[in-house]
Amino acid sequence: MTEYKNLGSKDTRSGFGEALLELGKQNPQVVALCADLTGSLKMDAFAHHFPDRFFQVGIAEANMICIAAGLTIGGKIPFTGTFANFSTGRVYDQIRQSVAYSNKNVKICASHAGITLGEDGATHQILEDIGLMKILPNMTVINPCDFNQTKAATLKIARHQGPVYLRFGRPKWPNFTPPDKPFVIGKAVVLNEGADVSIFATGHLVWNALQACKILEEQGISAEIINIHTIKPLDEETALSSVLKTKCVVTAEEHARNGGMGDSIAQFLARTYPVPVEMVAVNDAFGQSGKPEELLKIYKLDIPDIVEAAKKALARKRL
Amino acid sequence: MLSIEDLENIATQVRRDIIRMVNGAQSGHPGGSLGCADFLTALYFKIMKPDPFNFTADGAGEDIFILSNGHLSALWYSVLARYGYFDLKELSTFRKLHSRLQGHPATAEGLPGIRMSSGSLGQGLSVAIGAALAKKLNHDDHLVYCLLGDGELQEGQNWEALMFAAAHKTDNLIAIVDYNGKQIDGPVDKVLTLGNLKAKMEAFGWITLTMYGNNMPKVVETLKNAQKYVGIAQPVIILMTTQMGYGVDFMLDNHEWHGVFPSDEQTAVALSQLTETLGDY
Repeated sequence: MTEYKNLGSKDTRSGFGEALLELGKQNPQVVALCADLTGSLKMDAFAHHFPDRFFQVGIAEANMICIAAGLTIGGKIPFTGTFANFSTGRVYDQIRQSVAYSNKNVKICASHAGITLGEDGATHQILEDIGLMKILPNMTVINPCDFNQTKAATLKIARHQGPVYLRFGRPKWPNFTPPDKPFVIGKAVVLNEGADVSIFATGHLVWNALQACKILEEQGISAEIINIHTIKPLDEETALSSVLKTKCVVTAEEHARNGGMGDSIAQFLARTYPVPVEMVAVNDAFGQSGKPEELLKIYKLDIPDIVEAAKKALARKRL
Repeated sequence: MLSIEDLENIATQVRRDIIRMVNGAQSGHPGGSLGCADFLTALYFKIMKPDPFNFTADGAGEDIFILSNGHLSALWYSVLARYGYFDLKELSTFRKLHSRLQGHPATAEGLPGIRMSSGSLGQGLSVAIGAALAKKLNHDDHLVYCLLGDGELQEGQNWEALMFAAAHKTDNLIAIVDYNGKQIDGPVDKVLTLGNLKAKMEAFGWITLTMYGNNMPKVVETLKNAQKYVGIAQPVIILMTTQMGYGVDFMLDNHEWHGVFPSDEQTAVALSQLTETLGDY
């Protein structure tokens, strides 16, 4: 299989922070807002360099989202930053009316998404945010896989007109995407070509899918690994061309099964080319405190879970 | 230059439009719309005077208005049409299929004059603050106006916004509260009292003015007076006492007319109390 090296583990939120600083230098229309989590979101550099374009709103996320929407009226490109839970569930109606329905050019940037947030527990580990955001018309939903891709995605969404939900995480995680690889919204990345099973992964679990691919290869199973960094709009063409070849699917994400990326893939395939789909995702449960790696095991989002799912999908394939 | 009498005539015609639109749609919110007709007429025709023929989404180089209590849509549409943003005839499509005049204001339909969707309450003041901050960043010294309902102040987000605007010295913003004391379930004081609203606004760091909103000379005078407080490092809010249903006797001061449409008979009675000053749409 194609070899991917960890260039050195880094947190994806730092990729966001670096890109935001670059954007500040590149484009005077870019402004940033944060709800008392500037350090956690790695927005300090932007705040330091561009104090006039940085708005500390305090612990008032609803106000933050609507101020951001208002800033777009004057042509600004606002990036809001807080944890994924407070970026979505807490402010759903504000996003729905003032951002999505009004089709405002707001970039909702959400860190600490998913179970790998770790010790803070279920109050902070949102597993529903992809679903909440993807059902909103006009909303683009992006969940990059590592530091380099988060940085590239952040740079890219500034040039995209319209609301975007950008989801990233807290822990240091293998960084393997080439630093100069341009990010194309809505274009999935085929990381490894395979013949037996298509594994669609998003976010941190893309790395896990690559590790699972190695194990499967040793067992004589050829897996196609596709990074679905953009959940909406879904790259249906890439998904379908892979599935036409492999005829069975695994999806892997740090999110609830209901409403996640896998649900988008399954829905698309049900409408076009039904095949067995196994989903590596959290099954109707809240998270809990623990270390990221412990939680991935407990909630069955780990590398062996992807391997198992691939075998199951293969077994269900109609030959 | 429009005289007070001209403005009063426009407001009376706007009230006729509201009654006819709400009756035509068999739905809508006449009470608050009638109460705020004098204010919104004065704001567009006498105070902001934006260019209706070259509407721009960014509102650069002109004052802009954000309607937070979006259920006053019939009022806003009438004022926008009377001011020249779009053809008067379009008012007859209010709340009907494929209309740009949605039940609550929407940007998706591309209606000139509207820069933000509203309807779900409590969001407009934050939006107005954002628009005001953008004007400052753009070195545009025009103002942002925002109308809020008094019942709407029960939404907590308003108090986040009130706190923020004072802390960030958003002094190019004038908010106006439609202080009619009525909401769907009854008097605001009974549903959930706002207490001493003036003291609260002052405590939150806003320059707080008051006016009676159903007297055109007073409205114009207060809105002009408010300009004096702009640019001195504090946001400005006007507590505008209005009478729900003003202009139609059987609707006056009656919270039951918040969101109920008049029957054909009631419409005839209402219209008989409002002179057709500029010609119906």
